[in-house]
Amino acid sequence: MLDDFFIRALVAGIGIAMVAGPLGCFVIWRRMAYFGDTMAHSALLGVALSLLLELNLMVSVFLVASVVSMLLLFLQKRGALSTDALLGILSHSALSIGLVIVAFMTWVRIDLVGFLFGDILAVSEADIDIIWGGGILVIFALVYLWRPLLASTVNPELAEAEGLKPERARLFFMLLMALVIAIAMKIVGILLITSLLIIPAATARRFATSPEVMAVLASLIGALAVAGGLFGSLHWDTPSGPSIVVAALALFVLSLLPVGRLERASHTSYGGN
Amino acid sequence: MLNFRSPDVTPLVSLTNAGVRRNGRWLVRGVEFSIRRGEIVTLIGPNGSGKSTTAKTAIGVLKPDEGKVERVAGLKVGYVPQKLSIDWTLPLTVERLMTLTGPLKGREIEEALASTGMLHMAKAEVQHLSGGEFQRALLARAIARKPDLLVLDEPVQGVDFSGEIALYELIKQIRNRTGCGILLISHDLHIVMAETDTVVCLNGHVCCRGTPQAVSQSPEYLKLFGRRAAGALAVYSHHHDHTHLPDGRVLHADGSITESCFPGDGHHHHDEAENVHDHEPDCGCGHHTRLHGFDAAEKRDA
Repeated sequence: MLDDFFIRALVAGIGIAMVAGPLGCFVIWRRMAYFGDTMAHSALLGVALSLLLELNLMVSVFLVASVVSMLLLFLQKRGALSTDALLGILSHSALSIGLVIVAFMTWVRIDLVGFLFGDILAVSEADIDIIWGGGILVIFALVYLWRPLLASTVNPELAEAEGLKPERARLFFMLLMALVIAIAMKIVGILLITSLLIIPAATARRFATSPEVMAVLASLIGALAVAGGLFGSLHWDTPSGPSIVVAALALFVLSLLPVGRLERASHTSYGGN
Repeated sequence: MLNFRSPDVTPLVSLTNAGVRRNGRWLVRGVEFSIRRGEIVTLIGPNGSGKSTTAKTAIGVLKPDEGKVERVAGLKVGYVPQKLSIDWTLPLTVERLMTLTGPLKGREIEEALASTGMLHMAKAEVQHLSGGEFQRALLARAIARKPDLLVLDEPVQGVDFSGEIALYELIKQIRNRTGCGILLISHDLHIVMAETDTVVCLNGHVCCRGTPQAVSQSPEYLKLFGRRAAGALAVYSHHHDHTHLPDGRVLHADGSITESCFPGDGHHHHDEAENVHDHEPDCGCGHHTRLHGFDAAEKRDA
């Protein structure tokens, strides 16, 4: 029989996978994997600040991730260092500052491994409300922003020239990323959030015929990975984050197998048109 | 709403002494031109001369740091950028590409694809297209939304000579059918699309401007390009009163050398009428051979 905590983790995890799918597609299309990593790593700074200032954990993580992404946009505009180097600096310094602050706070005990790699035991009913509430908000925002986001992914100047607002879309996209990082942290952990964004989306690419199909497929594949990973985590007593990532990887590897035939088949159908 | 038929004299876009500055350097300065409905304006100039910058300023992607850019209210732009690479990870068919920036009816998509000869490729992924097919798909996308102003940044790049002629024919048809204004950027300094109303030659500023001369009037060019090509192409004769030196300074016709070149420096006498002159192909001005480099042509002018 399944325990309550496990059902909670499953419901929460599937909620996260739903929003991680479409968002992860944009992360791949826009080549922002490392950017997502940087935002996720800054979440530990958010954790430390929430303990220090006694703020709500998710709010604190969301704020820190947002500030880091805005800081990066600002530094990119100044153009002194390459984006690559800036990401490296921001990513690891935010993580380290967080760890240092936590070490200073001798009066609090925190489960660092739980924050870094996820902890299914940590999911409460209130968390589920936040995850699903936040998740539905993210989905609505994505549907609303879909066209400007997609057009500016293809070419920002094209989007701007034809009356869409690529800068605004990008800003909202950053905030949505920060929101997903804040709500996904408990399940997958800070270090592995980006893999939940990227791996299901990469798996979906091979079967997708349009951006929209890819987004929906990525959600479904992510949900499957969450379910598989959590069962594994329960069964072998492994941390939930890595288990989910391993399950996602297994699906990705599986998707590689029949794909050669699929792609050839779709090629020949072009000729027939 | 803008009306295609009415003889509208208000320019769709007009630039007045427009300049764009980046990192303390003027990319382009003192640009003046306007595009009316049904008009074709071609921007030419060497690499880095500010052609794309000028086009982007005209359609509002870049803000001018000096001067003025005026657009009619509600101007609908169709834009084909110079460089566009679509990541392999984005599954995008030609059909889906059409509605990238706005919704369209199925009939509108079909019409645009048919007019560029891409209807049979509607279901193909854009990453599988050849250079010429991709350009035609982008053109179809830009015209499907029925723009008031079509902006084409080097639309013939990666297209062979006969493809170039076909593309110019297509652009002409689009203009004639829809009556939109067209801003065309060309990589070629001497040969432009025959239908061009105004050529603006840029090199950080407007070097000269004028109307091109039909190739079909010159037997030499007819021999060189063939009759079909001659109908689509025209020769543009530059008339510069200054030379751009290799170190970035400018040598003026009166022998003086200045650090930069913009209308405010008093060395220019840009008179449009003066620039509209006919050359014989063998007049020795250096403009007529498309093999000649831009510099060679300019130095002879000086």
